[in-house]
Amino acid sequence: MTHTLKKTALCGACEAAGGKMVDFHGWLLPVQFDSILAEHKAVREACGMFDVSHMGQIRVAGKEALHLLQYISCNIIKSGAHEGTYFHMLTEQGTIIDDAIAFCLSQEEFLVVVNAACVDEDFAWMTKQAAAFQVTVTNESDRWGMIALQGPTAVGVADKILPGIVDLPRFHIQEIELFGAQGYVTRTGYTGEDGVEIMLPNAQMEALWNALLKLGVKPCGLGARDVLRLEAGYLLNGADADQTKTPYEANCGWVVKLAKENFIGKAALEAKKAAGFKTKLKAFKLKTPGVPREGCKVFYQGAQAGVLTSGTYSPLFKGIAVGYVASDIAVGAEVEIEIHGRKVPAEVVKTPFYKNKV
Amino acid sequence: MYNEENCRFLKTHEWAFVEGENAVVGISNHAQEEISDIVFVDLPKVGRTVKAGENCCVIESVKSASEIYAPVSGEIVAVNEALTTDPALVNREPHAGGWLFKIKMANPAEVNNLLDLAAYNATIGK
Repeated sequence: MTHTLKKTALCGACEAAGGKMVDFHGWLLPVQFDSILAEHKAVREACGMFDVSHMGQIRVAGKEALHLLQYISCNIIKSGAHEGTYFHMLTEQGTIIDDAIAFCLSQEEFLVVVNAACVDEDFAWMTKQAAAFQVTVTNESDRWGMIALQGPTAVGVADKILPGIVDLPRFHIQEIELFGAQGYVTRTGYTGEDGVEIMLPNAQMEALWNALLKLGVKPCGLGARDVLRLEAGYLLNGADADQTKTPYEANCGWVVKLAKENFIGKAALEAKKAAGFKTKLKAFKLKTPGVPREGCKVFYQGAQAGVLTSGTYSPLFKGIAVGYVASDIAVGAEVEIEIHGRKVPAEVVKTPFYKNKV
Repeated sequence: MYNEENCRFLKTHEWAFVEGENAVVGISNHAQEEISDIVFVDLPKVGRTVKAGENCCVIESVKSASEIYAPVSGEIVAVNEALTTDPALVNREPHAGGWLFKIKMANPAEVNNLLDLAAYNATIGK
């Protein structure tokens, strides 16, 4: 099969910086530059940048913008000026279509940032639901590029090109003007560190990348991003969550606000919660060397108890993983993870593995 | 001592160096560059009998697992214990301290089936 991979506005810049380019959900993106371990270290100790231009931006505008978002989200969407809300978009069955962040630009306008692999489905779903509301839904994903600048020094570095951005609170958005174009900065990320994500039109992305390179920011790839997000306990939609799982099973019960008046999937969630869940997403830490990966079987008391959905080598915690296993297996329980035919002892642990003071 | 020139290679990037009745086995510099960030080596058990071409070891990097094939048949008589505490030695010294294991050859003539450096380099476009 041949298909043309989509390229972000930073594809050439990433290749020039030594990026090893791979197919990620149809996008040509860098999996690493010089070393995943060095990139991980840069983000945990200073800062690094990721081209996340493949992610989607969907604008919801109109008198009932907030009403539509409340209806398609199981979380309560905050509507204070510039506030952002992490939420799950659910099916009628209460299972996860996508996890996303909705940022309030005004009482009648929100910017929703969604996962790259879900843009088309999210947009179609939101458009379908929007028919009942006075609202317009626009897919702006092809217009915007985005760089995630992450790490303990990231916001200070961002402040050098965006003076005053240090004052932007966590999980908030701000309109910016940079390199002659309008864009957005959000104080968010997918690494467990402080940082910002900067959105600009495609034409301005190389200027942004080069300005950050000049400030000494290390380019980082998808490989480091995956280690960082797993350490931080963030879901990877499509692996750790999908349309067979509810937020409760995905260890994200806190995202569900059943007290909300109404939202898609509410009735199903109430019924499923009352019935209880057979399996839940649990976290594991290997007790001896090895690298657990997606697909590895998990054994508990001699019998297979589930399968890993994500796993990696963490420079901080060694072999770490998450996977769906019987919900009654508690934190502290001893399990075994089968890696290349070898059963490796592991312990059920709490998430996140890593927590910074942000 | 072995180096790139006096080793013989598999197309799958393992090298073998004949040392008396044993073959020392490792992976090529090209392979360690491609794998990068090696964090764990699952070495074979000493005493295990392997056939040429048999998968008998796994090298784990952050991003992937790579299977390692025995270049020749025989018995595993030694493994590089240094890799249990310092797996990145394979990245730093693929043709020296980063060797993986030694095979006591059942049929030394099998070495003739392996590629010399020029032929191996041709397979990786060098």
